[in-house]
Amino acid sequence: MSSPVARSVPAAVRSVLARDRWALAGTVAVVVIGLVAIFADVLTAIEGHDPYTYDSTALDPANGLPAGSFGGVSGEHWFGVEPLTGRDLFAIVVHGARTSFLIGLAATLVSIGLGVLIGAAAGYLGGWVDRVITWSADVFLGFPYLVFMIALGAVVPADFPRALLLIIVIGFFGWPTTARIVRSQVLTLKERNFVKAARTLGASPWQVFRTELLPNLWGPVLVMATLSVPGKIGLEAALSFLGVGVLPPTPSWGRSISAAIDWVAVDPAFLLFPGLALFAVTWGFNALGDGLRDALDPKSGVRR
Amino acid sequence: MRTLRFAAARLGGTVLVLLVVAFCTYIVFYLVPSDPALMACGKPCTPENLALAREFMGFDEPWWQQFLTFLGGIFTGRTFGTGPTAIHCTAPCFGYSFQQNADVLELIGGRLPVTVSLAVGAAVLWVVLGVAVGVYAALHKGSWFDRAAVAGSVIGVSAPVYLVGLLGILVLGFQLDVVPVGNYTELSEDPVRWAWGLVLPWFVLAFAHGAFYVKLTRTQMLETMSEDFIRTARAKGVPERTVVGKHALRNVLLPVVTLTGIELGSLLGGAVITERVFSLPGLGGLLIDAVHSRDLPTLLGCTLFAGFLVVVANAVVDLSYGLLDPRARLT
Repeated sequence: MSSPVARSVPAAVRSVLARDRWALAGTVAVVVIGLVAIFADVLTAIEGHDPYTYDSTALDPANGLPAGSFGGVSGEHWFGVEPLTGRDLFAIVVHGARTSFLIGLAATLVSIGLGVLIGAAAGYLGGWVDRVITWSADVFLGFPYLVFMIALGAVVPADFPRALLLIIVIGFFGWPTTARIVRSQVLTLKERNFVKAARTLGASPWQVFRTELLPNLWGPVLVMATLSVPGKIGLEAALSFLGVGVLPPTPSWGRSISAAIDWVAVDPAFLLFPGLALFAVTWGFNALGDGLRDALDPKSGVRR
Repeated sequence: MRTLRFAAARLGGTVLVLLVVAFCTYIVFYLVPSDPALMACGKPCTPENLALAREFMGFDEPWWQQFLTFLGGIFTGRTFGTGPTAIHCTAPCFGYSFQQNADVLELIGGRLPVTVSLAVGAAVLWVVLGVAVGVYAALHKGSWFDRAAVAGSVIGVSAPVYLVGLLGILVLGFQLDVVPVGNYTELSEDPVRWAWGLVLPWFVLAFAHGAFYVKLTRTQMLETMSEDFIRTARAKGVPERTVVGKHALRNVLLPVVTLTGIELGSLLGGAVITERVFSLPGLGGLLIDAVHSRDLPTLLGCTLFAGFLVVVANAVVDLSYGLLDPRARLT
C-alpha cells in the first residue's frame, strides 16, 4: 500500500523551490503580480493615474490613437494609454491584476472546497452516495459549461454583482475534477489502519474527515489548487474577452485584450501589456504547480 | 449480448445526461427575470399585445408544461399560433427564434460548416504535430529539439488562444503579410481559398492546443519506454522502429484519444473565442449575437447542441478505447 503523500507539504514546497528553478521563477512571477494586485492603489498613486478617468490630452486628436510612440509609453504613462479614451494602461493592467486574482483565487477556493467535501463523501461513505456523486460528476463533465456561462451572462440581471456571479459559476463547474481525484485518494486512505482505528473508536464520518483524512489530502489538494488557478483566471479573462464577464468600467485583462483586437494593426502596445500580464500569471501558476506535483507525487517523476 | 447491454446502458446514460442538461438550461434561462415576450411585443406594448405574444410563444403555460412542450417539439415539431400567421417548426424542433424569425436548428446548421472547418482542420494539425513532436522529443531526451519542444509547450499551454491568435494576426498577417486575415470562403465555393483563409486560425489553434499534447505525449512516451515490456521486445530482437511504432505508441495514444474527444466535444465553447479573434461567421458568432440580443430560444438551442457534442464525443472516446486497447474491449 503506497502512501498518497510522499512527504510533508511544507518540506516538499521548500525542496521544489530550492531545486526546480522553473518552479522558483513561476513562484516569483505569481508573488510579484500578487503583490501588484494587493498594492494596486499604492502603485497607481505613485504613477498618478486611476483606471477610470478619460484623458483626451493623451491622445492624437486626428485618429484617437495614443499620442507618442509605442502606445504613448512615457514617464507620465508607464504603459501608455488606451486608444480612444486616453485611460492610463498601467492603472488598467495593475487593477486588472486585482480582478484576475480575486476571481481566480475565490473560484478555486469554491471549486476545491466543494470538490474535496463531495469527493471525500463519495470515497468514505461509498454505497448509493458514491453512485449518485460519481454519476453527477459525469453529468457535470458533460455539461457545456463555457457555452452555458456565456449564455448565462445574457440572462442574469445587470444589478447582480458580476464578480460574485463569475466566482460562483466558475467555481461551481470546477468541482467534479477535484472530487474524482479526492475520491480515489480517500478510497485508499480509508483502508489504512489509522482510519480504521478511528472508525472503530466510534468517530463520526465528519470527525474522521477532519482529523484523519484531511491532513493526508493537503498535498494533492495543494497541487490541484495551484494547477487550477490559471484555468480559472483564464476563464474569467475569456468570458470578459467575449463581453460576458466583468462589466466595464471594472478593469479586466480579458476585456482589454478584446478591445485591442480593433487596434492591433496600429497600436500593438495596447495588446502586449495586458496580454503579457495574463500570460505571466498563467505561466507562473503552471510552473509552480508542475513542480509541486513532481515533488508530491512520486509517480510523475520523469519530466525533464 | 453483453456488448448489446453495454451499448444500451451507454445510450440510456447519454440520453439521461442530455435530458439533465436540457432541464437545467431550461430552468435557468426561463426562471431568470427576463421576458422574451416583452421584447418581442414591440412598441407600444399594451397588456393585450403582451398576452397575445405570450400565448403565441407558448409562455402562458406553467414552466414545467413549457419544458414538456419543448421536449415534445424535438420529436413531433411545433406550431406557434394559429391561422394564417402560424409559424411551423418541423421536427426535430429545438426551438424557434422569434427575433431572427428562424428555426433554431436551421440557424445552427447554417453556421456549423464554418465551425467544423475550423475545429476539424485544427484538430488534425494539433494531434498529428503534437504527438509527432512529443514522441520525437521523448526519443531524443535532452537534445536541443527536446528542450525547444518543452519550452514551446510551456508557452503554448500558458498563453490563451486569443492572445496567440492576435499576435499571429499582428506578426504574420499585418507585419509580414504572408497569410490572409479574416476572410472566410465556403468550401464548396473554392477549396483552395477556403483552406488558405483558414491557415492562420488552424495553426494558432494547433499551437495553443497542441502544446499540451506535446507535454502529454512526451511524458507518456518517456514512461512507456522505461517499462519492462519494451525491454523484453528489444531483447527479443524486435526492430526499434516496431518497438516505438507499435509497442510504445499504442500506450501513448490512449490518453491522446481521450483528450482529443474531450476537446472536440467542447469545441463550441472554444470556437466562440477563436471565431471572435479571426472574425469567422461560425456558431460562436451566433451564440454571442444571441447573448447580446437576449435571444433565449437560440441560446437554449446552442447550449443543448453543445451538450450534445460533448456527450457524443465522450461516447466515441469510450468506443475507440476498444480499438486501441484490447483489455478495454466491451465484450
